[in-house]
Order: sequence, then structure tokens, then C-alpha cells
Amino acid sequence: MEIQLTLNGKTIQDSVSPDTLLIDLVRRHGCLSVKRGCETSNCGLCTVLLDGAPVLSCSLLAGRANGRVVTTLEGLQEEAADFVGFIADQGAEQCGFCNPGFVMNTLALLRENPNPTDQEIRSYLAGNLCRCSGYEGQLRGIRAYLDSRKPREAEQ
Amino acid sequence: MLNIEHYIRAQSLEEAYTLYQDKGNVVLGGMLWLKMQSRTVRGVIDLCDLELDTIEETETEYRLGAMVTLRQLELHPGLNRLTQGAMARCLSPIVGVQFRNLATLGGSLYGRFGFSDVLTLFMALEAKVELYHSGVVTVEEFAGMPKGLRDILVRVILPKRPMQVAYLAQRNQATDVPALTCALVREGGNLRCAIGARPNKAVLYRDDEGILSQGITEERAWAFAQSIAERATFGDNLRAKAAYRKAICPVLIRRGLLAMAEEG
Repeated sequence: MEIQLTLNGKTIQDSVSPDTLLIDLVRRHGCLSVKRGCETSNCGLCTVLLDGAPVLSCSLLAGRANGRVVTTLEGLQEEAADFVGFIADQGAEQCGFCNPGFVMNTLALLRENPNPTDQEIRSYLAGNLCRCSGYEGQLRGIRAYLDSRKPREAEQ
Repeated sequence: MLNIEHYIRAQSLEEAYTLYQDKGNVVLGGMLWLKMQSRTVRGVIDLCDLELDTIEETETEYRLGAMVTLRQLELHPGLNRLTQGAMARCLSPIVGVQFRNLATLGGSLYGRFGFSDVLTLFMALEAKVELYHSGVVTVEEFAGMPKGLRDILVRVILPKRPMQVAYLAQRNQATDVPALTCALVREGGNLRCAIGARPNKAVLYRDDEGILSQGITEERAWAFAQSIAERATFGDNLRAKAAYRKAICPVLIRRGLLAMAEEG
């Protein structure tokens, strides 16, 4: 079937089968940051934004995304650029496989809640599994990033 | 692996209902459970064009469309006011935000899953489901309807009556499926208690013996909790043994009741 959606600001059209998953569609269109992980809708590696809300692209039919706006990390490079440096500073990426999904969900969190508490960060990112880091480095990285924004926000 | 031969966006409830009478077709909720299955489906019927993703409020009730996501429910201020935050406490431990942005209320209830936090809470709240063909029935009645039922869950109707609500669940690990769920609702002096993840689907119990009719005290809370644990049946699965469930059941009930008593 033919579908059309907006992927990272560009309109794309494609012919997909009824069981094509969104993850496979976006990867076919070059968005290789979107990873296939657990296959049980648990790990968050495949996180994309659908009309601005974070969802698991491994669990969404491409057909259901027809007519909607899909954003992957490839479309949020500018927004992510500042933040990922703080994650790297904490050594929190390690193998890095979970990082794109983690960054996507963190950006979604900060759009919803620009000044989250540590508990709110933990709660929002509970659906992003990382087998290397133990999450503390990621939390420190996010906290450092938020702290770094405070002087800038105070100036504005 | 799930194979799907046809994807159909229904343009009316009648169309969805008619298509669903074909046993090779399934109605698509969030697809999170369906995707875990290894089978071939002739057609998936998507209700996403039927504007069932809204939460409407009237003087007497909330009308929650079948395609409302768990995340919408979790964040809804009115629903959380009505339940004193139990809605968010029930839903927020379910996997992650991305999952809850996909999982639908209709899909969560229609499956009548044993592990369902959602079924447990909505049963205790005395919510009703509106089925396109079978009409409006309580969630308790719906839970008892045949698994092979081929109807379309249109919306969930949640009464807006003053009530006190407590929700507790035992999980072996955060975000995992619960080993036991417990929802308590006190309304007009009457208490309802739904116990789910037994591991079978939730069952609703009432205070038939009037143990709490004179109010909640530590002793009465424990007596009521033990009476429910005696009446409920429990089983084994990968997450817990029946004996473990039976042991923690009264603990959850007692905690919930005492929290209610403290809040007044």
C-alpha cells in the first residue's frame, strides 16, 4: 500500500506491506540511528517522535503513521548537539547502542518538562534500557546539562 | 513473528464490526501485545480514523475513547483529581513513556489480560465499557464475557462520583509486569477491592461481611485484607508462586486501606 508521511521535515512516499513496521521504513530512508533491540517493546532503542510524542517504532505499523509527522535523531541534530556532549563527558554512552533512543526520549522529556527533578528524569527514562552504564552516568549528564542552562536562562 | 496480510483503516464502527466478524481479522489497539505473537493475521482493523482518542467530560462522567492512550490517562488532571492520583500511580510503572504513548485503553481492557493494571483499576472504579453491538456493561461484567467475543469496544465510561481510591501493585522489578495488583475504592461507606495479576484476570470483591462498615482501623483493615486473601484464588507463573501472591495480597490491601484512613 502507498503511504505518505513527513520524516524529519521532508515529505516521503513509499510503498509498504501491511506488516511493515515504522522502524524498517525509517531505516530504509536512511535513519540508521533508529535501532532494533529487544523486539518486545521494552528497551526504547527504536524511539522516534510521532507527532512530537516519543513512541516505539518497532511496535507501530508504518500504515498507522500514514499522514503523520515522524522525527528521528537525524532530524534533531541541532537540538541534541549541546546535550550529547554532557553525556560523553560523563562516559555514559559506553557501547553507545542505546544512546540514540535515550537521547530522543530525553529531548522529549525536556520539551514536556524543561526542569525535571531527578525522580522525574528516572521515571521518564524508565523505558530506555542500557546494559552498560547503570544509568547513573546518564543521570549525571542530564543534570549537568540542565545546570549548564541555568545561567543562560537567567540572562534571558 | 507477526505477519499481516491486510491493513484496514475502518471508516465507521459498523465497518469495523462487520470486518471483525471474520475470525481471521483482529482489531488493532496499541499492537504491543499482538506484536509479541507469532502468527499470521488476515487483516488488522485500525480504529485510528474514528476519533476515539479523546477524553470527554460531562457533569456526571468521563467518556474515554477506546483509542485514548495510557499516557493520556496518566497525565489527565481531572482523572487524577477524581482518583487522588491513583490513575497515574497505576499507569506510570507500565514499561516506559514510549510504550504508554502507544498502548490504548481499549486494547488494554479488551484483552482482559491477567496481568493488567488497567483492568484492575477500572474494575474497582465501577467503570463501564460501551460495546458497539452488546451495549454498555460494567468492566466487571465485561471481564466475565467470553474471550471469543467479537465486538468493538467504543469507549469507557467512568462515573464522576466522590470516592476515595488507592492503587498498589507488587512488581519484581520496576517497569515489569506486576506479580499482583490491588485497587481499592471507598464510596458512600462501601468498599470495593479488585485483585488482579493473580496471575489470572482481576476479580472484584465487596465488603459483604461489613467488616469496614464502622470505618477503617488497623484491626479492621487487617481483618478485611485477610478475608479477601482467603476468598481470592491465586496461581503460579514465572513471576510468582500462588503462596507468595496469597501472602502479599493482604499486605497490599491493608496498606491501601490505612492510606485511605489517613487521608480521611
